[in-house]
Amino acid sequence: MAEQGNASDLHDIIAQLDEALEVEFTFYNTQDAAIAIAALAPRSIAFVLDWVRRVASINTEIGFQFAVKAPQALAELEQTMIEAWLLHAMDTYDRDGLHPAIAVMQDMEGFVHYGNERLAGALLVEHESILTRFVQGLAGRQLKVREAESSLPYTDTETLFLPRMLARFANPADNFRLYKVMAAHLWAQTRFGTWRTDPTDLLAGYANPQRALRCLHLLERVRLDARIAAELPGLYRDSRLLLHLSQEDDDDSSLPLAIRQHLQLASASLDDSLRYLDTIYPQLDPTPLCYQGSLRPDLVAVVRAERIAREQAMLRVTLAEMLEDNPTLQRLQQEGKELTVEPQEDAMHELSMEIKLDGQPLAPPEIVNELVTSIMLDFGEIPEDYLVPAGAGEYDISQYQTQALRPEDVWSGTYHEEGAFLYNEWDYRRKHYKKNWCVLRELPGASGELDFYHQTMHKYRGLLLSVRRTFELLRGEDRLLKRQSEGDDVDIDALVDAWPDFIKGGEMTNRLFTRMRREDRSIAVLFMVDMSGSTRGWINDAEREALILMAEALQVLGDRYAIYGFSGWARKRCEVFGVKTFDEPMTDAVRERLCGIEPKDYTRMGAPIRHLTDKLKEVDARVKLLITLSDGKPDDYDLEYRGQYGIEDTRMALFESRREGVHAYCITIDSQGKDYLPHMYGAASYTVLDDIADLPLKISDIYRKLTS
Amino acid sequence: MTTDLAGYLIENEPFYAPIGDEIAVFEAAWRNGLPILLKGPTGCGKTRFMEHMAWRLHRPLITVSCHDDLTASDLVGRFLVKGGETHWVDGPLARAVRLGAVCYLDEVVEARKDTTVVIHPLADDRRVLPIEKIGELLRAPPEFCLAISYNPGYQSVLKELKQSTRQRFVALEFDYPAPAMEQHIIVKETGVDEALAAQLVKFAHMTRNLKGQGLDEGASTRLLVHAAKLMVDGVAPVTACQAAIAQALTDDPDMLTAVNELSSSLF
Repeated sequence: MAEQGNASDLHDIIAQLDEALEVEFTFYNTQDAAIAIAALAPRSIAFVLDWVRRVASINTEIGFQFAVKAPQALAELEQTMIEAWLLHAMDTYDRDGLHPAIAVMQDMEGFVHYGNERLAGALLVEHESILTRFVQGLAGRQLKVREAESSLPYTDTETLFLPRMLARFANPADNFRLYKVMAAHLWAQTRFGTWRTDPTDLLAGYANPQRALRCLHLLERVRLDARIAAELPGLYRDSRLLLHLSQEDDDDSSLPLAIRQHLQLASASLDDSLRYLDTIYPQLDPTPLCYQGSLRPDLVAVVRAERIAREQAMLRVTLAEMLEDNPTLQRLQQEGKELTVEPQEDAMHELSMEIKLDGQPLAPPEIVNELVTSIMLDFGEIPEDYLVPAGAGEYDISQYQTQALRPEDVWSGTYHEEGAFLYNEWDYRRKHYKKNWCVLRELPGASGELDFYHQTMHKYRGLLLSVRRTFELLRGEDRLLKRQSEGDDVDIDALVDAWPDFIKGGEMTNRLFTRMRREDRSIAVLFMVDMSGSTRGWINDAEREALILMAEALQVLGDRYAIYGFSGWARKRCEVFGVKTFDEPMTDAVRERLCGIEPKDYTRMGAPIRHLTDKLKEVDARVKLLITLSDGKPDDYDLEYRGQYGIEDTRMALFESRREGVHAYCITIDSQGKDYLPHMYGAASYTVLDDIADLPLKISDIYRKLTS
Repeated sequence: MTTDLAGYLIENEPFYAPIGDEIAVFEAAWRNGLPILLKGPTGCGKTRFMEHMAWRLHRPLITVSCHDDLTASDLVGRFLVKGGETHWVDGPLARAVRLGAVCYLDEVVEARKDTTVVIHPLADDRRVLPIEKIGELLRAPPEFCLAISYNPGYQSVLKELKQSTRQRFVALEFDYPAPAMEQHIIVKETGVDEALAAQLVKFAHMTRNLKGQGLDEGASTRLLVHAAKLMVDGVAPVTACQAAIAQALTDDPDMLTAVNELSSSLF
């Protein structure tokens, strides 16, 4: 009996595998895998089959790989670890394609090792924002933190490159400490002048430049450690602790005492290190300490040269602009007075300098102070020629001004994702998000003809009046509260009522005052308008009419509102069109954009909902509403988004926005809406209109019910 | 209507370290009956400056901390019912006018917009306070001084000071003192030793570097004084900075960690 049972189990498993892996088309031989799986405990079998289905929904090859590996994986790993491994493989597939994903599947041991390291290690992604703020808090240039390409940290003097993960120590706290000490050491290089000379030919005279570089780094580290010990004693203690933990020699006994002592003086500089380099180069080939990383003169040279040119131009042009704006200064300059710099009195550190003209301090804009600090870091002074205001046309500084990429410009080549927002998308089959799956751009809405606006206002002038009236009733008015225990004025009626009590010797009520109470409507509403191709024609007209009426009514009510259209063409091209932002007043430009709402492509709803939820999150209001005007279910060019996938993703996006305190509501004309809208929006959060012509009539009603 | 002047008089000199010529400007404005607007970030010494000036001018000081429910009656006064009779009770502003005191409306933009309007007749050359409910027109004596404070930094656009209000005032701008001065203030206020005070000032500058990078404001002088007081009382410097400064600055966990890392690097 038992054998029979097994046999039927086996058939069942084979059947399930065949179905999940689409064997009809893919011709996998599932027999061996099924036999191995059948030998597992029943609960494990269910687990494996479920995950094979989930993974195979992404790619059958990965699914097959897992089916084959599953018994071994279960023997070696916890189920949670297996799930993490599979999710990692799927993310890799989404990001990099099939081959890297297969590599992840085949290297289970590698993942396990990596996973164990992850448990004890510190990951840069988790600490990046902390470390960025940490280095920004330290004085000097505003540094960025990025992932390094190598396992050693280094800097190009504008960005600190740190390893992706640190797992040198046994617990995450120490590994984070190592990140911090690494970042501080790199910061110290920029702050205390390791890169104060052009590093291109620095070590050209040495037979082995790499070794010379290591020697120089040793000398610099001793010097910088001493500066850190003086400036940041707590951090210095951390670095000693790490050396103790990693059992590294921290007394630098390899260096002669005299050299060490000299380098530790506050007055020591790069020049001293360079001077001693000749002495120690023949004798030493030092290994760096755990936090030291590497020096990268090649990177620094490029960044530094570019920065020096840029900052000289920026400073001189800005100074010229300052003089131009100020006739007094201009006159002084024409009299032959020159700009000078002096250390700022009472400054926190020597990097702040004051620019003076004829002894009079200028009040420079913040950017000048930043430039001066940065230039001081590069030279230790402000070179004289930097203080000559630029002549007309001497520089073209537009090349230095970081230009915000215009969303339209990055279109070409859909894989250019600069300036775009990335959003996750929910895949119901794998029961997990696809990371950064949708690329969304926010574009300004096109302007249309105002005629449409005037026609609408005329067509609905009767309705508009009544809508305005009902909305006026909604508007929070000051209300006089009577019989209050505290208030601005005596409530005579209450006093008259209470008087007999008093005469009779009874106790008088204390509710004798009137008080004004202001009713604030703290509501922010965002209209998300379907601009998919299917709205072409009268649906689009009705949408625009409804929005125009709504906007006019909302002007009366004073609620804050924004209007965005959305459309898309597959996951790489989701678009949101700004018609009116929350802060924008109702102007003709907005009205033109309202008229300019036009049908575009498809309806991929998840990403726009996530994007617009973020917008609502930024608004300070007690009630936040996201109202969708739509004509059908989520739909997109790629067949995948059609049907259940799109519905489930939209539902998940709405869940997310509800979690952020946003109430979502949908108004649609899709007569089949009742089939899927309750699933997406909830039972009471949608309206299906039988006739699109009703939309302008109904929308204000719906809004009124929603918000009162 | 008796009013107790003594309660509002400041007897001992409040410590105040001038940054520029704000004392002279204030005195000149007071002599000429001009109202004064103090601008500056929170905790940089505006309130302390007012106490110092009130002491210096030998005037009582009446401070009102404005909040968004503060009504005109809260400032001017109201009727109360007592034993079947109504009694008029002066609000702090009316009391200050009668006393010829210094009236300081702290964070005036927090008050409701209609509230700020009641100070208008007091803040121009009329220098009167009409009390409509009892039909009285209070004329301010020459010693009376109206001062308001306002932090342009963090309030939302909804709480801008109206032009019609702000253009009545002589404005004094305040900022955090220079490092040496700030250190001196901390030592003087708390008795903490010079070296620790210097470290605290350095820490404050680190947090001020982060303004706009995730912090709305850097650590104010007031917070430094708080931290120093804790230290003098035996709290470890890093803990004191955490409790008195970092937690007061932000709730963002990443930012908190970063600020705490900065303080633990310093001490």
